Amino acid sequence: MEVDIKKIDAILEEHGLEKRWLIPSLLAIQNTYNYLPPEAMQRVSERMQVPMIQVYQVASFYKAFSMEPRGKHIVTVCMGTACHVRGAERLVDQVGRVIGIKPGETSTDYQFTLETVNCLGTCALGPVMVVDGKYYGNMNASKVDRVLNRYMKREGEAHG
Amino acid sequence: MAKPLPTEAQELEKRRQELQNQPSRPAIRICGGTGCLALGSDEVAAAFETALNEQGVEANIELKTTGCPGFCEQGPLLVIHPHRILYTHVKPKDAAEIVAKTVVKGEIIERLLYEDPRTGERIAHEQEVPFYKLQKRILLKDSGVIDPRKLEDYLAVGGYRALHKALFEMSPEDIIEEVKKSGLRGRGGAGFPTAVKWELCRKSPGKPKYIICNADEGDPGAFQDRGLIEGNPHSILEGMIIGAYAIGAEEGFVYIRNEYPLAVELISLAVKQAKEAGLLGKNILGSGFDFDITIQLGAGAFVCGEETALMASIEGRPGEPHARPPYPAESGLWGKPTNINNTKTWAWVPHIVKNGGDWFAQMGTEKSKGTTIFSVVGKIKNTGLVEVPMGISLRSLIEDIGGGASNGKKLKAVQTGGPSGGCIPESLWHLPVDYDSLKEAGSMMGSGGMIVMDERTCMVDMARYFLNFSKFESCGKCVACREGVRRMYEILDYITRGYGQEGDIELLEEMGEAIKIGALCGLGQTAPNPVLTTIRYFREEYEAHIREKKCPAGVCKSLITYYIVAENCPGCGLCARYCAEHAITGEKGKPYVIDPQICGRCGVCMDVCNFNAVVVE
Ligand SMILES: Cc1cc2nc3c(=O)[nH]c(=O)nc-3n(C[C@H](O)[C@H](O)[C@H](O)COP(=O)(O)O)c2cc1C
Ligand code: FES
Repeated sequence: MEVDIKKIDAILEEHGLEKRWLIPSLLAIQNTYNYLPPEAMQRVSERMQVPMIQVYQVASFYKAFSMEPRGKHIVTVCMGTACHVRGAERLVDQVGRVIGIKPGETSTDYQFTLETVNCLGTCALGPVMVVDGKYYGNMNASKVDRVLNRYMKREGEAHG
Repeated sequence: MAKPLPTEAQELEKRRQELQNQPSRPAIRICGGTGCLALGSDEVAAAFETALNEQGVEANIELKTTGCPGFCEQGPLLVIHPHRILYTHVKPKDAAEIVAKTVVKGEIIERLLYEDPRTGERIAHEQEVPFYKLQKRILLKDSGVIDPRKLEDYLAVGGYRALHKALFEMSPEDIIEEVKKSGLRGRGGAGFPTAVKWELCRKSPGKPKYIICNADEGDPGAFQDRGLIEGNPHSILEGMIIGAYAIGAEEGFVYIRNEYPLAVELISLAVKQAKEAGLLGKNILGSGFDFDITIQLGAGAFVCGEETALMASIEGRPGEPHARPPYPAESGLWGKPTNINNTKTWAWVPHIVKNGGDWFAQMGTEKSKGTTIFSVVGKIKNTGLVEVPMGISLRSLIEDIGGGASNGKKLKAVQTGGPSGGCIPESLWHLPVDYDSLKEAGSMMGSGGMIVMDERTCMVDMARYFLNFSKFESCGKCVACREGVRRMYEILDYITRGYGQEGDIELLEEMGEAIKIGALCGLGQTAPNPVLTTIRYFREEYEAHIREKKCPAGVCKSLITYYIVAENCPGCGLCARYCAEHAITGEKGKPYVIDPQICGRCGVCMDVCNFNAVVVE
């Protein structure tokens, strides 16, 4: 995706240019591009007058940030304790098998990224996964196909 | 004579009274918390809107989307007021029938009622369900009743009344005195007396002063703060405004994790509404007091729940903790006096101001006052969010409210305090839940997550799991944590893979004690707890892994075998279809077999089998 400097400037302007707005601004940029494009980080550094090394340090410290492009659909599987005792490991294995990638990876066609997280706060319904912001509770291996199929099909339809 | 009240304050009082005097209409309340949303409650709400419209009764009935009432296991939840008829597992297709029968005619639909798993009895009213009956809901009282998107709803239940009292009838010192009398201890884990912290910060020289609400809630398995924010966001703001007035702070922050999109949306909306209503900003309610709140998002780092790391994060830096002293009360955000409290601590403040410190101090035990919110999750029936008085026994919490084991298996331990806590065995469940008893048992209160485990949970695997967590989340600044925790993890990993040796247990114990002393912040200092408690209470499981190379719970992949019990297997072939390794073979209608040489021990076959034919040893 082409990075539009004007868009980055608008985000920065909206938040403010003091250093305390660095993390919120980076989160907003990531929401727009699904990752932190290098050009965007460069622009942030210039406009906020924060050395590039510090922007990079923040981007690499916080796990919410990705410096690699991510897939169109983001699948997040909770590996928190409550989900762990209810079989999160099996869930993530199964999701990985269905979309053919391991946690932390993006499929080569950039359709899916599989991520894990330490708790989504819906522990009562564990194991839990989220696809593009929609929560799926009480998951098990047999439900995985059904849920993910929806996202794959949508793809198929879009391309005719 | 008392000064006349400013007009702003009078107007708010008037508005509240009008709202409180409004005749109440019958109402349908649907949970719109993240839990029920995950089960499709948004579609249920939409179906009700259509049904009310179609049946032409929308004018007489209020349809409300509320925050989480706590009984997540039974969601989507629906409560029909005024009688509080509770329907569970509601689906969009039930909407028309519920409107026609229950809402219009007052008939109860048996099929949708909660069934008590112990007696098989169906219970019609929310207040009679054991899950609710044994609770004492104060902080959560209005969660599930009011619409978190409406300031009016909060006002109608007496909201911002405490703020009024604080600003116009009390001095800052009076408020601190009242909090001191209450004995309120911080709900963020360590249980530090709140009034002491406030007083230090108030007296600390330096301007401006800041306050922070810690809503980072990083402990996996805990979602109290999320529940409270999604259910009643204004109650937290009210507590913060009162606290700021008592401490003399001008600016406040709510540091909330990015993984909670709905809670972020709702608290941001509440701040906006409060500003518009003159409850935040300059000259609050005409009192001359200025205070504002900014929402700050976390970006996925557990260590940022630690106060010094959290402040670094607000300043726009990586969240690395620093050694204390200096404490935040002397030198916090940008070097200024700062007071940080957990979400639930702030939410208590309006109640204490309104009802007095003595009222609060009546509840709970001698040293742990009030009620507390737990998320009771794991292998039990009634998973959800509950509020109970401090001092209730673990057993009562897990068995009476939690409803006992979810699948007939024997319960074995409960994990409290997240990665900093420990596992408490079933034999100690007579212990009261309070800061000190849990600490004595080697665990801690933490933010209130209780994860219940049964005989199918391996305690060595649990310890390995938590150390993996702490290893991953360690910020890397101090050696004890960065290197020590990693080494402990490696030893545990070896044990779970069958390479454990005599002496490993003792080595783990020794390292654990050393890291506790040597680490810089709470993360490292408490990281060994899950290992030390599981060794203390479940040593025989470690020994089975090391000596017999067996995992008694049937979890550790290298030490187990899956097989199919021929008598139970009708030969449906489902397991073979799901087996990614193609390790399962057989003929339709005849028992299938697993080839242990090929089997990857993922356990999917066991998950999908409808006949309990797959077992593990
Ligand atoms: C590793 C670590 C993680 C923590 N995470 C949280 C958290 O998620 N929420 C919280 O309120 N306190 C957390 N704390 C405790 C805070 O440092 C601090 O003590 C607390 O916010 C004070 O609030 P209280 O006095 O109201 O309890 C954490 C501490 C440590 C060491
Ligand atoms: S542990 Fe998975 S949602 Fe909390």
